[in-house]
Amino acid sequence: MTQLLSEILTKYNYWIYITLMMIGLYAMIAKNNLVKKIVGMNIFQTAIILFYVSIGSKKGGTIPIIKHDHGAASHVVHAAEYINPLPHVLMLTAIVVSVATLGVALALAIKIYHRYQSLEEDEILAQIREK
Amino acid sequence: MSQHYPVLLVTVPLLSAFLISISGWLNKRLCFPIAVAALASASFFSAGLLSKVIHKNVVLYRLGGWAPPWGIAYRVDYLNGLVLVVVSLVALINLISTYRSVEREFSEKLGAFYTLYVLFVTGLLGITVTGDAFNLYVLLEIASLTGYGLIAMGEEDRAPLASLNYVYMGTIGACFYLLGIGYLYIVTGSLNMADISAILPSLYQSRAVLSAFIICMVGVWLKMAFFPLHAWLPNAYTFAPSAASSLIAPLMTKVMVYVMLRLMLTVFTPDFVFSAIDINRSIVWLAVIAISMGAILALTARNLKKMLTYIIVAEVGYMVGGAWLGNRAGMTGAILHLVNDALMTLCVFLVVGNIVYRMKGHSFEDLRGLFRKMPFTMGAFAIGALSIIGVPPTCGFFSKWYLLWGGIQAGHYAFVAALLFSSLVNVVLFFRIFEIGYYESPTEAHGGGHSQGSIEEAPLSMLVPLYLVAVGLVVVGLYTGAIVNNVIRLAVPPGIV
Repeated sequence: MTQLLSEILTKYNYWIYITLMMIGLYAMIAKNNLVKKIVGMNIFQTAIILFYVSIGSKKGGTIPIIKHDHGAASHVVHAAEYINPLPHVLMLTAIVVSVATLGVALALAIKIYHRYQSLEEDEILAQIREK
Repeated sequence: MSQHYPVLLVTVPLLSAFLISISGWLNKRLCFPIAVAALASASFFSAGLLSKVIHKNVVLYRLGGWAPPWGIAYRVDYLNGLVLVVVSLVALINLISTYRSVEREFSEKLGAFYTLYVLFVTGLLGITVTGDAFNLYVLLEIASLTGYGLIAMGEEDRAPLASLNYVYMGTIGACFYLLGIGYLYIVTGSLNMADISAILPSLYQSRAVLSAFIICMVGVWLKMAFFPLHAWLPNAYTFAPSAASSLIAPLMTKVMVYVMLRLMLTVFTPDFVFSAIDINRSIVWLAVIAISMGAILALTARNLKKMLTYIIVAEVGYMVGGAWLGNRAGMTGAILHLVNDALMTLCVFLVVGNIVYRMKGHSFEDLRGLFRKMPFTMGAFAIGALSIIGVPPTCGFFSKWYLLWGGIQAGHYAFVAALLFSSLVNVVLFFRIFEIGYYESPTEAHGGGHSQGSIEEAPLSMLVPLYLVAVGLVVVGLYTGAIVNNVIRLAVPPGIV
């Protein structure tokens, strides 16, 4: 039990992202409302963004802007002192992608609402079956 | 100039897409010529790249001049050189062929349609040409987002919902791929495919690498509609506008199969995929299920387009199974089938496009007496159908032959049986269509005022590209030996015997 607890506590960032991801997945599977499903999808994407952001950070690391001292050691860069900026930069792109996906999905939801006057999936499917 | 082909391949269509978008506001008649010019130049670049690859083995392009592990590298070898040619040619032929039907269906939205069309092709070409794992994700999302848009432009009743379901599944697929790449980045610290591949061998026993591989695979399988993950595909492709479904159906799944091959052969080497982890036989079993279920579901369809979408699900099973057999014949078959299946699917979906153009529908009732009404279209359909069944000398026979041979060599007789079963089911499926088209006469209510037996063929601008593809099926079949010896043989790494 204590072993499991320490396992969770030392790697808490992974546990958080998995939990968030599962919340998103649950919403996509179990919710009936299309917009709630879309929000679930967005939570799912955000979980992965948080995962990437967390793997870039380091204990005691600072922002990755090189300190300029006017001493002899001005050109030595200690990589261990800085957090890794690359995953964060990658996530800028992933955020753009997730915004675009959210936009497309919501636009589709609007189109569906105009056609069926409902956002509840069971009502829409019932209307499709009637025809 | 020619050293810049890899980047021009992506940037020319990308910038043209914006030009099309602008000309959609100014002068709608310019949209189509710009799209043709963009895709024709993409075809020219990809053909140039393939011929360069045949002379020099590998073409490497550094974006912005940055050296590979830091900058993004575009890398063309035998495998993606071939896929690039297929993607750009299929997109170009489909663009020209569907001109009339697009003009009729989207007269108000020509700019939007062609912008999405060209952006979609940009995404696919980018996925194929890139040598960077994260860049691949971004281009994958470009292709997917435009694909969702194209599908949603179809039948008003069903297309938006089908497209939304595709958005859910496609997003999960892309997210899984991204997650897998994240794990790879944690263990290797690199995103360049060749670099990851060089760092990985000492880490093959690591559980993080194994989970990265499996997560990536599941993501890619979702995107290519590998059987238990196929649920989004039939509705999305059935309700898409015909010009879009004949673009997306041949290309999207095939390019995702290419991504799977790239992950298996380059990022994770065959040493890892077939030796370090022992899962290849069980994945061939999954492919067996995919092929059989695809065939059975196709039998239940009462609609030509839906039937063809289930055939795609079965064909994806062929390629995944062939790739995972782990021998040279199976891998050759998978790559050859990727090329052939893109052409066969294009051929039959163009036929569906022609039928929809004249008959306004694609259910089995609409097909009655069609051999008399549209003899040329149905003639091309017969060639496409024979190729999907696998009758020589059409190309479908040769790739199926390699796949069967690979199955026998690997001793995986269930895969061989599934291939033969699916071929038999295809015979039943297509001869049922021939029977309806040839022997059943159109009902009075549906035929309207048309006298029976009069020819109402699709316009010439749709027939000529269709026949180009249909003849191409036979020509590719006859030149299979040349394609395999000059390109595919060298695309399969020497580690696979």
